[in-house]
Amino acid sequence: MSANILEVSNLTASIGGQQVTENVTFSVPATGVTALLGRNGVGKTSSIRGILGLIHRTGSVVLDGNEIGTLHTHRIVQRGVGYVPEDREVFAKLTVAENLRLAERDREPRRELVADLFPDLVARAGQQAGTLSGGQQQMVSLARALLNSNRLLLVDEPTKGLAPKIVGEVTQALATAAEIVPMLLVEQNLQVVRRLATRAIVLAGGRVVYTGGCAELLDDADLTRRYLGVSAEHGETA
Amino acid sequence: MSTVVLLLITGLGLGALYFLVASGLSLIYGLMGVLNFAHGSFLTLGAFMGWEVARRMGDGSWFTLVVSLLVGAVVGAVFAAATEFFLIRRLYDRHIEQVLVTVGLALATVALFEGIWGTDQIYVNGPAWLDGTTKVLGANIPNNRFLLILCAVLVLVGIVLFLKYTRYGLIIRAGVENRSMVTALGIDVRRAFTLVFAIGGAAAGLGGVLASHYTGYVSPHLGGSLLIFAFIVTVIGGLGSLTGAAIASVIVAVLQQFANFYFDGTGDFVVVLLLAVVLLVRPRGLMGVKA
Repeated sequence: MSANILEVSNLTASIGGQQVTENVTFSVPATGVTALLGRNGVGKTSSIRGILGLIHRTGSVVLDGNEIGTLHTHRIVQRGVGYVPEDREVFAKLTVAENLRLAERDREPRRELVADLFPDLVARAGQQAGTLSGGQQQMVSLARALLNSNRLLLVDEPTKGLAPKIVGEVTQALATAAEIVPMLLVEQNLQVVRRLATRAIVLAGGRVVYTGGCAELLDDADLTRRYLGVSAEHGETA
Repeated sequence: MSTVVLLLITGLGLGALYFLVASGLSLIYGLMGVLNFAHGSFLTLGAFMGWEVARRMGDGSWFTLVVSLLVGAVVGAVFAAATEFFLIRRLYDRHIEQVLVTVGLALATVALFEGIWGTDQIYVNGPAWLDGTTKVLGANIPNNRFLLILCAVLVLVGIVLFLKYTRYGLIIRAGVENRSMVTALGIDVRRAFTLVFAIGGAAAGLGGVLASHYTGYVSPHLGGSLLIFAFIVTVIGGLGSLTGAAIASVIVAVLQQFANFYFDGTGDFVVVLLLAVVLLVRPRGLMGVKA
């Protein structure tokens, strides 16, 4: 395995013909959590969706030494990329159990790990996912990604819109997950970022403007204010 | 009383026919967002091939009827799957092109069928029982209506069980909600697309053979005439909802029968009026999901 699990070079993503990122280049180490940060609308979610091929993109995306930038989304995921989308995107009319069953790709999915991390989901296996609270839906979304032994997780705003208590639970689950799989994390809550991430990449205007240690970035009030529009103590990026 | 029973059961029979066409339309739209104007062609080809097989086997036996129904379903499924694979697959999310291709295919196949089988209606024969009637609460019900209802119920139950208890059924139900998220779970949703086209085509092909026994003939325009009402049923039931299609099929057909009888053949007009009311009051249809 190379030192980096993911190498993104000159990624340009567009939605409906409108370019949303321009020549984004960064790498994700093979261990730990790398945070992808930036103000609202700078192209964080588009970068993740571009890596996955969910939106039109050009450039190179190399996963563990293999080019995946031209593959269909399902092939990229089959190569071991788990995805936790912004806004959860659970299948509202399916039950919790059906949502999880649909996500199982491996011959021996890690059901025990998921049950340990999210015991509430086991109790609610027969409940329609659309009737769950936001926090519970986020757990379904995380569980879908953790069921398979992925090489990389792409996690997009996992604590968005959640109550503080649930933010703590989700953060703990992400910390546990990060022990077994590297993660590229988009997150507005800088306290969560500080707890989870060791490296940070900052986007501004669709380009990478900072790559380096996460603590160094968040400890530097000037950098944080300039790139993220807020001081790290205040919690969320602008 | 007997008139009401007659209208009700014949309405159910016609509704069964509408459902066999509308079920595929609804599933295809729900999963893929494709308005398939070529769906009537699946029905017509199924009807012609069912008739060809029945003609060669010697008309009149139940065995021949069952074989012709199976042939109609298989031909409809193969034609529909080929349509998806060779024509539609390249055009996902390009809705104008989809409409042009499916309308073009519908027009071209009608011309092709006219070239092969001629423009005249070809009369079909089935088991003698189908041409008889059965007394129900004083009303003489044409027996073929019972066959239509039975087949539609079997198709409905079959599709529901398939959707509920199979892996592909799960993929299709999820895909109707959020196609891109299914792909993002590592699932090749295009296989489900082909499968849904095949299921819809099978139901239409089966409906084609049954329609030929309902009307007494098969013609190149058989599918086109039923497709209009199937679209209306699909919209009223809610695009993408199988249950909605089943309920709307019955409502539309029964209403059509009653209006034809009590209001001087205004059944088609009343159905269009109902469509207008649904579009104004509840644009997503009876069971459709809010946009």
